Amino acid sequence: MTAAALFLAVFLACAVEAVEATTIVLAAGTSRDWRSALQGTGAGLVVLAIVIAALGPAVSAIPLGGLRLVVGAILLVFGLQWLRKAILRASGYKALHDEDEIFRAEVARAQDAAADGRAGVADWYAFTLSFKGVVLEGLEVAFIALTFGSNQHDVPLAAVAAVAAVVVVAGVGIAVRAPLARVPENAMKFVVGVMLTGFGMFWSAEGAHAHWPGSDAALLWLVPAIGVFALALVAMLRRLHDRVEVAP
Amino acid sequence: MIARLRAFGHFWYDFIVGDDWRVAVGVVCALGITYGVARTGVPAWWVMPAAVVLLVTGAIWTAVRRG
Repeated sequence: MTAAALFLAVFLACAVEAVEATTIVLAAGTSRDWRSALQGTGAGLVVLAIVIAALGPAVSAIPLGGLRLVVGAILLVFGLQWLRKAILRASGYKALHDEDEIFRAEVARAQDAAADGRAGVADWYAFTLSFKGVVLEGLEVAFIALTFGSNQHDVPLAAVAAVAAVVVVAGVGIAVRAPLARVPENAMKFVVGVMLTGFGMFWSAEGAHAHWPGSDAALLWLVPAIGVFALALVAMLRRLHDRVEVAP
Repeated sequence: MIARLRAFGHFWYDFIVGDDWRVAVGVVCALGITYGVARTGVPAWWVMPAAVVLLVTGAIWTAVRRG
């Protein structure tokens, strides 16, 4: 795996998570109180930094074989879940991920909640909403960056890709102060699902002592093959979906 | 305290396993088979791609049937 491929894989995966976190923070800020929402974001980033500082050295200390087995298996489970949802969305069996709709729902919920100040925070609801959004989505960003980086012996590059994704997405979010509905999130989730499945499968099988034909070069056919398989499933399901809708 | 522990466990279950536990169980079983086949000296790389095809198809089929 080249440095460019590592950067791209981590950047795309982290950008998708960052879009979701940004939507939540924007909803908390615009509908409640920007100061509290940003305090929640800051507190969430501090918690994430502590988790990464604790997990980073621990992940790096695990022998490569064990790391590939465990981390590859978890990445594969992540990837399969993403892929399943992406295929269902692309074929019409599941509603598309709509940041505008999520933003509206979060704003409506936030506006209904009572205002309550605690511990130096003017609006506790806005604080906790942002905090949870940043920590939950950020954990996935941290996990993807750490695992991809550790497996490829280049955690710094993976970290740069993750931070770049978060900075770009958050920067655009702050600039427009609106949900990032124009980001092709569903297509990105499809690509990320394919990549996580491919890398997860490759690393976990190596961790279980399998040897891929061509070693690392196997990723060059493995990832596209998963993409083609997923697209074939989408085409098949779309036909099935259309037939069911046409039938009386 | 128990409620918090349960919430903590639920968070990690949701984070790692997700909403279809059969996928996670399938991955663990496929890795077990990969390890077993590799130990015999027979090439074992094909087990995981075959498992992924079965798991994705099965998960999609279950979701479609559930509507």
